[in-house]
Amino acid sequence: MMTTPVIELSGVSRRYEEGPAALDDVSLTVKGGESVAILGPSGSGKSTMLNLIAGLDRPSAGTVTVDGVRVDRLGESGSARYRRAKIGMIFQFFNLLDDLTVSDNVLLPAEMAGMARGEARRRVAELLDALGIARHARAYPGRLSGGERQRVAVARALMNRPPLLLADEPTGALDSASGQDVKALLNDLNADGQTIVMVTHDLTLAQACATRTVSIVDGRIAADIRTEATR
Amino acid sequence: MSGLGKVVRSGVRRRKVQTLVTGLAATMAVTASVLGGSLLVASNGPFDQAFSRQHGAHLTAQFDAGRTAAAQLSASGHAAGVTAASGPFRTATVNPHDGSDAELPAGMSLPPMTAVGRADPGGPVDDITLLQGTWASSPGQVVLSTTYDSPVKRVGATLRFPDLPGQPTLTVVGLARSVSQTADAWVTPSEIASLTAPGTTGGYQMLYRFATAGTAAQVTADRAAVTAATPTGALAGVQSWLNTKQGTDRNTALFVPFLIAFGLLGVLMSVLIVGNVVAGAVGTGTRRIGILKALGFTPAQVVRSYMGQALIPAAVGTAIGAVAGNALAIPVLSTTAQVYGTTTAGVAPWVDVAVIAGALGLVTLTAWAAALRAGRLRTVDALAVGRTPRTGRGQRAARLTARLPLPRPVSLGLAHPFARPARTAGMLAAIAFGAAAATFAIGMGSSLSWAQTAKNHDTADVAIHTFGPPPGPGQRGPSAVTPVTIDPSAVTTAITAQSGTLKYYGTANTDVTVAGVSGSTTVFTFTGDSSWAGYKVVSGRWFRRPGEAVVPSTFMTATAAHIGDTATLEDHGKAIRIRIVGEVFDPHTQTNEVLTDAATLTAAEPAPHPASYYIKVKAGTNLGAYINTLNTTLTPLGISAETDQVHGTSDVILALDALTAILTLMLVAVAGLGVLNTVVLETRERVREIGVAKALGMTPSQTVWMVLASVVIVGLIGGAIGLPAGLALHAVTVPAMGHSAGLNFPAAAINVYPASELIALGLGGLLIAVLGALMPAGWAARARTVTALRTE
Ligand SMILES: Nc1ncnc2c1ncn2[C@@H]1O[C@H](COP(=O)(O)OP(=O)(O)O)[C@@H](O)[C@H]1O
Ligand SMILES: [Mg+2]
Repeated sequence: MMTTPVIELSGVSRRYEEGPAALDDVSLTVKGGESVAILGPSGSGKSTMLNLIAGLDRPSAGTVTVDGVRVDRLGESGSARYRRAKIGMIFQFFNLLDDLTVSDNVLLPAEMAGMARGEARRRVAELLDALGIARHARAYPGRLSGGERQRVAVARALMNRPPLLLADEPTGALDSASGQDVKALLNDLNADGQTIVMVTHDLTLAQACATRTVSIVDGRIAADIRTEATR
Repeated sequence: MSGLGKVVRSGVRRRKVQTLVTGLAATMAVTASVLGGSLLVASNGPFDQAFSRQHGAHLTAQFDAGRTAAAQLSASGHAAGVTAASGPFRTATVNPHDGSDAELPAGMSLPPMTAVGRADPGGPVDDITLLQGTWASSPGQVVLSTTYDSPVKRVGATLRFPDLPGQPTLTVVGLARSVSQTADAWVTPSEIASLTAPGTTGGYQMLYRFATAGTAAQVTADRAAVTAATPTGALAGVQSWLNTKQGTDRNTALFVPFLIAFGLLGVLMSVLIVGNVVAGAVGTGTRRIGILKALGFTPAQVVRSYMGQALIPAAVGTAIGAVAGNALAIPVLSTTAQVYGTTTAGVAPWVDVAVIAGALGLVTLTAWAAALRAGRLRTVDALAVGRTPRTGRGQRAARLTARLPLPRPVSLGLAHPFARPARTAGMLAAIAFGAAAATFAIGMGSSLSWAQTAKNHDTADVAIHTFGPPPGPGQRGPSAVTPVTIDPSAVTTAITAQSGTLKYYGTANTDVTVAGVSGSTTVFTFTGDSSWAGYKVVSGRWFRRPGEAVVPSTFMTATAAHIGDTATLEDHGKAIRIRIVGEVFDPHTQTNEVLTDAATLTAAEPAPHPASYYIKVKAGTNLGAYINTLNTTLTPLGISAETDQVHGTSDVILALDALTAILTLMLVAVAGLGVLNTVVLETRERVREIGVAKALGMTPSQTVWMVLASVVIVGLIGGAIGLPAGLALHAVTVPAMGHSAGLNFPAAAINVYPASELIALGLGGLLIAVLGALMPAGWAARARTVTALRTE
């Protein structure tokens, strides 16, 4: 399993109408079980890369393959179905739906995918339990602390058992205690075999839970270092 | 100030949907109002102006000269309430013949005429306008009224009276118009003696104006005052100016309540939409408002900037609506102009001015009220928007809908309307209005086509006309024309002998006068079983024996008769009493008519030979073969049978149908745009939420379903409110239309909605909602997720 490539970016560029390319001829392979931290200053193209992997955006050139799927060739519906099956996403600002309870938020990806209700509910309970937020199941996100919210977001991302977990600045909006909390969580997940690609400009996050650190500067890969996370 | 202008202009450009919706709402309201307003003016204008110019008679009273003297009548000019009186004038009812014998086809005669002896066209009441020639000043001269329906209506023509002693002849010396329609012809007072048939006393005419005569009740009271002031039994009949006005206004009168209803709907709708749009713009623009205020805009300037954003498109829409309203009004008004002989066919300028000013004023007011909130908003709050937690309503609704056994995108959408109750109420009102308008319009269409069917009363399969080509659509025979003599028994023998004949009847018509009714009254006589002739009986029943008659509502009103009453027809100098047993719905003629058995008139004239025969064939009969066989017998008689095709639709009803369609389409379109506007606001606000759902795997089609689901409940409720509202409006408008045109619509003309149509109309709200939401749903589905997620 450790040897199967989960992500293959090959000669990927993303240009906008104005300005220099956000990503410029990037090639990157991520294998199953890896935990990759993408580091770089603001505006260097980190989120762009993550969006391309998630199928939320399309490259101007190059190919994106994830778990055998040519993501750059998918249409809108295809990429939605691809995300359901393959991707879990975590955002800096959690992006939880305020109108839905914690458990309904977590349930959402399964419902989109049409998972049987009973099975989905069992999975939600299991996840909330594993992430230590079971007592908040019926609460609304507005009541939770930042760290708790991000745990809900992680639970939601894991709901459909995606082969790949993507995180964009998962600790960016958290205080240091909550940040530590999320770091530990991601670390545990990776230890259990979850492939993770996280974007951050937080070096301590990369050091804490990445098995590999890719640095991007001006849309190009500047360094690619294998590390062993300080578990 | 230029800063304000720039903000307004950029607002108009940025909010394309809102701008479009505001413009269209204004267009629609102004179109409907210009149409309604101009017709309202037109329907009152010409008659009222001419009536007041001529000091028209509120009451034209006919007295029996045998029961009263001229001096007693003169004294009645001082009866209670009378402000002016003219008369007494001697009157006679005569049967003229064409003096030259050249202008009428053989066998046709002129309608009877009421002649009044007047020395002078002027006077305190009924100041007659001489249009051509001179007034009758010496014996042997006659002035004809423009309302006298005859082909010899020209100066120089002569009229013969062979029935009268000495067989007098009159020469037409002038043509005149009396708005009050007090006579068909005027002669010198001395001439009346020679026009009075021996053995009859003739009559007197008195013309009155009263202090109050605006309503039927007031006219009735005035009539009672005159009756009290004159000898008992002397008053033979009266003609109210209200009936004359109604007869002249029939066509436009039909439009008026209908256009008022649509105008009202249009105005309410546009107020609602403009309010919605501005309130929505304020609601979503709170952040922008905060920035404007932080930059130093005063609250008043902020309010003005939002009013400006509504006023610019509203002004453009108003201009377009004014042009459209005028264009639509011209064909309708030209019909009116023909009726009055006037030439002005345009919309009165003050109507345009009033409607435009009213529309802009209303938009300003509505926009101001909706924008006030923007002015009051505290800058800190405005800038902090998005950080404020939502209310619990949306959460409760989301929890409830999540339990429904529905796909998740659908149940998510269903909860949306609960998060923003005020906005949802606005959308609900727009949908309810649209559904009500559609319900109303479809009902109007059905009621009008009911009226058309009643007018055509074409239940027969085969018709035989014993004269010329069949008459124009909607008329069973040209009035005042009697047919070429053909032995009726030969025709009836042919019909009854023919196998396949189920039933038949024959009709003829002749003109008589009825005391107190202006002009002549056409009597349609029926031979055979006419109960199936297809006339719609509003109340009472069809006649069953000679002496019984059915009449249209106009006749009942003009003679103040009720079902069961008797009325007296004057035919060839003989009085014929009829008992009114039923009221028929017959909108096709402006003259009065009486429908009765042919034998009713035999006391006065030989039973008229049917001018037309109508046949119903047995089921399964081949119509073509039937007609061919029948014609082998009829052709030697010089006549032929044909299929009965009277399917003409009147211009008025066509115009009403077209107007209904246009106005409904506009109302429904504006309702749909109102939904569109709201859904656009809603999806813009939920852009992050939609982005998140998409990132979690919501497909474009699931997005479309979610947005459509968000309007389903509102659409259903809107339909459920709009349907009964539309039904109620229809149930009020149809009788009002009938009333102002002098027609009574029976229940059958009002209950015109089949159950299937009611169900379809009930779902109309849903349709409006879904159509309005379709485009924004598409936009939401296509919106780029990355951009959506950035918005935080
Ligand atoms: N929709 C867009 N249009 C134009 N430029 C964009 C867009 N999205 C991102 N960019 C530009 O691409 C570059 C990379 O952005 P991003 O990937 O978000 O950087 P970051 O590393 O901070 O996540 C930036 O210069 C940004 O301005
Ligand atoms: Mg970023």
